[in-house]
Amino acid sequence: MKRLSFFAFLACLLITPLLGGDYYINLGSQILIAALFALSLNLLVGYAGLTSLGHAAYLGVSAYISGWLFLRLGWGHAMTAPAALILTTVMAAVFGLIALRATGIGFLMITMALGQVLWGLAFRWVTVTDGDNGLSGLTRPMPFGFNLDGALAFYIFTVIVFSLSLLFIALFANSSFGAVLRGTRDQPRRMVALGHNVWLIRYLTFIVAGFWAAAAGLLYVYYHKFIHPHALGLTNSAEALLMVIAGGSGTLAGPIVGAAIVVLLKNYVSAFIERWTMLLGFVFLMIVMFMPDGLVPGLQRLWRRIGIGQGKQGDTQ
Amino acid sequence: MTLALEVSGLCKSFGGLPVTNQVSLAIEPGERRLIIGPNGAGKTTLFNLIAGDLTADSGSIKLFGQEIVHLRADQRSQRGMSRTFQIITLFPKDTLSHNVVLSLLGHSKARWNAIKPQSARHDLYEQANKILSQIGLGHLADRPLSQVSYGEKRRVEIAMALAQKPRLLLLDEPLAGLSMEERKTVQTLLADIPRDITMIMIEHDMDTSLALAEKITLLHYGNVIVEGTRAEVVANPRTQEIYLGH
Repeated sequence: MKRLSFFAFLACLLITPLLGGDYYINLGSQILIAALFALSLNLLVGYAGLTSLGHAAYLGVSAYISGWLFLRLGWGHAMTAPAALILTTVMAAVFGLIALRATGIGFLMITMALGQVLWGLAFRWVTVTDGDNGLSGLTRPMPFGFNLDGALAFYIFTVIVFSLSLLFIALFANSSFGAVLRGTRDQPRRMVALGHNVWLIRYLTFIVAGFWAAAAGLLYVYYHKFIHPHALGLTNSAEALLMVIAGGSGTLAGPIVGAAIVVLLKNYVSAFIERWTMLLGFVFLMIVMFMPDGLVPGLQRLWRRIGIGQGKQGDTQ
Repeated sequence: MTLALEVSGLCKSFGGLPVTNQVSLAIEPGERRLIIGPNGAGKTTLFNLIAGDLTADSGSIKLFGQEIVHLRADQRSQRGMSRTFQIITLFPKDTLSHNVVLSLLGHSKARWNAIKPQSARHDLYEQANKILSQIGLGHLADRPLSQVSYGEKRRVEIAMALAQKPRLLLLDEPLAGLSMEERKTVQTLLADIPRDITMIMIEHDMDTSLALAEKITLLHYGNVIVEGTRAEVVANPRTQEIYLGH
């Protein structure tokens, strides 16, 4: 029942942009890219209980690798995409060794520091990244000969990639490994005593989260056809964390809803209100005050209290 | 015959304070050993050293003849060592049966499977429910842990340890904080544990746990003061002085 309503909700979300023009369709693409990025971060924040403030590193590096290989080495998209995914995942495997020396605030600070190092590198290593100018002149891929330059074509491409990614992320979260991962979040000491290698479980999750962020990075660079150091920066990492927390960490729908809110406020509302960041802050404040565990779990509870969901209380446990 | 657990010359200091000082223990397979001592005697520290939560400064720990002092806690669990915690360390939002399933997963290859849904692992849940039934909690299997009583949580702790079919079971104050009634239930439960499981139990309060023990070790300021049968330890003047004299 819960699964059904989740997919119904998702289908609505996917169809809605088609009712508007190109502007709304592009907005839809941006939401899905942000949602995939937030979902990957949620694996760490929500399921592993490891709050990262450097997750943009993986999105950005994947985008930079894809762009750089295309521009400087003239590789085709069929080559750049796997290369970006593999190299970024390898980077996550290395960064994980460093970041997972700590948990809690220590983990947060290390991930942030690593992210900022890369951001600084992107800014200063001008010969490779072209610094503040960013890499431009990029193109979108043409899978099976389909041209993705139109808004609708790219949206459909994004929907397909997003849906496949969501499927694997959902399988991961609901698997035995996912159950064990949540155990390490709630009672790491007990899990160790039960024979679980808590460090390895966290490390593998760190790598998987890096991989999906790299996938989001590819969509990101295809959408913008441009990559700037900003994509690697702290603001981008913090924004993703905001999406996860606002929507509801540790849920599948939460990061998607969070991504929709942030992207809509950033793009749509900013056309009407100049100080949209203030509004974003206000919305976030309201969510934290009234639904501290996020919008999705908060609304579910409200739903049950009103009594619509009565009779199946165990459903959401 | 190899000993179930052989600890020799085990030392651990926190800063300049030695909390475990040249402790040696020899525990036979199937033995029920009670470790007692006043507050701050280093009982729980000794357990944490044996289980691998803390690393020893020096000394050796052998489990059925195999040196394990260099192993991590999870590796020691894989070698057949289970423990309970003095402060209840369970998963409050999950059901009782899921709690036990996490214990079963600890020794199952299924824990590395990131594709197959956990909810489809009916075999694990059936096994968990069976274990819960054996300790009289079968009717609460689907209840979230936060909704059961303290005494029932203590029994879940023991069920999770037993679910792994350990060779050596470490119980850290399994009777702490229980009412007289609950105490009896847990005592019966512990008495029924088969002899192929060796048991070491920490208790603060001597009276409640004497019945279960065959041999007793008295710790004081990180040192083994007296060791012997129940009668010997109780009769020893050092015991009287340190422990019973209070």
